Amino acid sequence: MVIVDPHGHLLPLSRAARGAAGRTGSWRTKKPLLNESRCVGCLVCWLFCPENTIDIVEVDGKSMPRIDYEYCKGCGVCAQVCPTKAISMVEEGG
Amino acid sequence: MPRMVLTGNHAVSYAVKLARVQVIAIYPITPQTAIVEKLDEMIESGEFDADIIHVESEHSALAAAYGAAVGGARVFTATSSHGLLYMYEVLWWVAASRMPMVMVVVTRAIGPPWNIHTDHHDIMSMRDSGWLLAMAENNQEALDLTLLAYRVSEDPRVYLPVAVGLDGFILSHTAEPVDVPEQSIVDRFLPERRQPYTIEPGTDVSMGNIFSDEYFEELRMDMQKSMLEALNVIREAGREYGRLTGRSYEKLVDCYKCEDADYLFIGIGSWMGDAKIAAEKLREEGLKFGVARLRWIRPFPVDELLEAASGKKLLVVMDRSISMGHTGPLYADVSGATGSRVPVYGVVAGIGGVDVSYKDFVSIGKWAVERLEEEGVTHLPLTWYHNGVFNYMYPVKL
Ligand code: SF4
Ligand code: SF4
Repeated sequence: MVIVDPHGHLLPLSRAARGAAGRTGSWRTKKPLLNESRCVGCLVCWLFCPENTIDIVEVDGKSMPRIDYEYCKGCGVCAQVCPTKAISMVEEGG
Repeated sequence: MPRMVLTGNHAVSYAVKLARVQVIAIYPITPQTAIVEKLDEMIESGEFDADIIHVESEHSALAAAYGAAVGGARVFTATSSHGLLYMYEVLWWVAASRMPMVMVVVTRAIGPPWNIHTDHHDIMSMRDSGWLLAMAENNQEALDLTLLAYRVSEDPRVYLPVAVGLDGFILSHTAEPVDVPEQSIVDRFLPERRQPYTIEPGTDVSMGNIFSDEYFEELRMDMQKSMLEALNVIREAGREYGRLTGRSYEKLVDCYKCEDADYLFIGIGSWMGDAKIAAEKLREEGLKFGVARLRWIRPFPVDELLEAASGKKLLVVMDRSISMGHTGPLYADVSGATGSRVPVYGVVAGIGGVDVSYKDFVSIGKWAVERLEEEGVTHLPLTWYHNGVFNYMYPVKL
């Protein structure tokens, strides 16, 4: 979304919006899979995801991560940082 | 209004204080350094309240000033020569993000070989960047134009950065009497800072993302529109400055005896003072010279220039820099604006601080009239005047 100042000047500004950079589509080769039984809800993955594509959801009164595959790039950072190895990277379509 | 004896650099320092600048980001380089040394002194003594950020390079000096400006502060930085070149990338960021700010460029030759004396290659390298450019003739103008720069830059019709140039050493280190306006007068002239947007922690906008090519081009077109609008904003602000201080800056072109002149010197900066003395001497010998000094280079005051040039026999454009492989940049601007209306000669001189006195201007004036009257030369794009010798350095004769 572009922003114009009240005097009509065009500005090189944009406002953050969901999916502003577009959906990932088909080019992701590996995707992160969350094993909920190993997850302790520390949210380190949420903190580190460079695409901001891990959401926080309430499960039984606890904050838990949920990966949004529309925008996940499959970089594997979440799998690397997870202290309990609750996330594994699996072949796309496999 | 107190009259003080000030160097060009210190005249700028007083203007910065009077403009109530909040953040100064700086890296030292000769001959600019004394501006900020004075500001440091003012802050230390408690007479001026501003933050100074000492950075590790000029790239960072402009970037830090830019960041503070985006955050909402009135900012200042100054540089010269190699320092300006090191800032070059950030110059374009500031302008195209429409961020008002003011910088002073104390002009100095660019090495190698090392040289600390004035020519205009540094400030002329800013011509295409989207900054408004003004050039002082004397120390009074260095102060006045700096104040004017803040007012014009922060005007919503403009919202572009402004650089004010003054000649290294000739102005920067030479003291002359300067009228320093009262704070209350400057406060009336300069409203609270206005800017198109601010970005602070928590602001939900980001700057500089990728946009469509069409939007990019439209943004640049908007900058050009604002540049043209700035011609009138400068006139309006210059008129009001005159009303408040008795020194009007309504004219972007300072015309000295243009009206009845047959021939005009055209140029920028302090050496136009020598051109004015030469015009007097030439008039004593029957050659009616005048001087059209461009106070502003960007926006280029084409309307005032055409008015000054109208009916003249010859314009002699004096460049203190050269676009290597072609001509002096001012010559290109002036001849492009006048078209075939009037003969135009381009003379390059004074590169690397080589002294050009009024006597040199007298020789150049006589030489030019001879070429025109005796040889009928109508266009002479580049003659490089050096040590009294006229060197023709253009591939075609016109
Ligand atoms: S794979 Fe990368 S993009 Fe996808 S959820 Fe993990 S950290 Fe985020
Ligand atoms: S880092 Fe691992 S354990 Fe922590 S919330 Fe994410 S998936 Fe669960």
